[in-house]
Amino acid sequence: MSQIPEGLLYTEEHEYLKPSDEEGVYFVGVTDYAQGELGDVVYVELPEVGARFGKMEPFGTIEAVKAVSDLFCPVSGEVVEVNTALDDDPSLVNSDPYGEGWMIKLRVDEPAELDDLLDATAYRAHLGE
Amino acid sequence: MTESLKKTPLYDVHVALGGKMVPFAGFHMPVQYPAGITAEHQAVRTRAGLFDVSHMGEFFLRGPQALDLIQKLTVNDASRLAVGQVQYSAMCLPEGGIIDDLLVYRGTDYWMLVVNASNKDKDLAWVLRHAGQFDVTVEDRSDDTALLALQGPEAAAILQPLTKTPLEELGYYRFGEGVVAGVEAIISRTGYTGEDGFELYVSPESAEPLWQALMEAGRDRGLMPAGLGCRDSLRLEMGYALYGNDLDEEHTPLESGLAWITKLQKGDFIGREALLRQKEEGIRRRLVGFRLTERGFPRHGYPVVADGAEVGVVTSGVVSPTLGEGIGMAWVPASLAEEDTPLGIRIRDKVVAARVTKPPFYRGGSIRRS
Repeated sequence: MSQIPEGLLYTEEHEYLKPSDEEGVYFVGVTDYAQGELGDVVYVELPEVGARFGKMEPFGTIEAVKAVSDLFCPVSGEVVEVNTALDDDPSLVNSDPYGEGWMIKLRVDEPAELDDLLDATAYRAHLGE
Repeated sequence: MTESLKKTPLYDVHVALGGKMVPFAGFHMPVQYPAGITAEHQAVRTRAGLFDVSHMGEFFLRGPQALDLIQKLTVNDASRLAVGQVQYSAMCLPEGGIIDDLLVYRGTDYWMLVVNASNKDKDLAWVLRHAGQFDVTVEDRSDDTALLALQGPEAAAILQPLTKTPLEELGYYRFGEGVVAGVEAIISRTGYTGEDGFELYVSPESAEPLWQALMEAGRDRGLMPAGLGCRDSLRLEMGYALYGNDLDEEHTPLESGLAWITKLQKGDFIGREALLRQKEEGIRRRLVGFRLTERGFPRHGYPVVADGAEVGVVTSGVVSPTLGEGIGMAWVPASLAEEDTPLGIRIRDKVVAARVTKPPFYRGGSIRRS
């Protein structure tokens, strides 16, 4: 059974939003379930700081040994930081998906869009765990 | 046709180990265990890994004309085999396309053909279709044979305490019959990883006790269970072709980098005339190795481009766990097959630079070429 921390928001496509210290800015990454399904991550292609994405628009790709997957932006917003540590060590996505394995920090445009995301209980139900 | 997936005799062992089971060639097979493909790959390169490859097919041929049938069906020269020797070979259609690649074993009073699981039924039908003209019996023992592959530089040190067969005397691509951990086995010094290692053919009932005995014997030497995921990255680092990805009925051995096993002068065999004709007319396309000179993950089916035009296709690709760069195999026109020829691989919306590279990509393996 995969880790699904409380206090985060989730998509059915297995991305998460985790609040940062700054109001309206969230860490975006993929869930523990997603990294387990993907297997060993080899590369993560991330956007430039300042890039803007609409809700569920692809913001990057994740290359694992078995397959490549698009990363979807859970809500619309602007990228304010990218995790450059993943360039050197993409396996952080596997070892610490909710911590050092984060991918981008996103300034959310419309807080109302957050209401469409799943909480931990709903995401767990989505996984059938 | 929907057919339920078969289980190897080690299915329960894989599940108990946390293996991630996937459908492969009609079987439930472990693609990886919890350690992950990269860790399993490194274990095989530096210590040892244990694979279940019981899905492979085994045909036993017996009779005074068994060799004649094999000579007719395969492109390599099986008459050169001594008893106890193994040969890599292929079977072709009359038009020259590859039906399958296989191993030919010469035993004391039998020959064994080891074929790809995905082609087993097709291969058996082909062998039987031609067997009628010869004094030979053909027995499909695939369901009665389990196959464990112990691979890695520590393989001999792990295996030797479990058997009286002197492994020191067993050269590369040699085999013998012996007893391993109380189990009767064909002990074959072969593999698909580029490392020293053994493939052990045993009865289905013996598979689990043998697996457990090997894991126990290898515990202090870092032996890990290894899945199909790392089997693929290991074979690709060596440039070994995989049927269905790199080899198929649309391409001949001469095009597919298998001229070295194609003995056109050995006498008649199925496909020989077509291959002679192709050799005379010239090879127009070739299966080549390539490595990426930029970051990227090449995969099966990605287009190969040159001067802006699509000229070929990737058949296999991976980011090499040992080398840390993208490597693979691809079909290209013969004019682009020379070493170091620049190519582009289209990876979704961008073209990544590559160069033709003659395999093996990894040259540090522990195979003993004796």
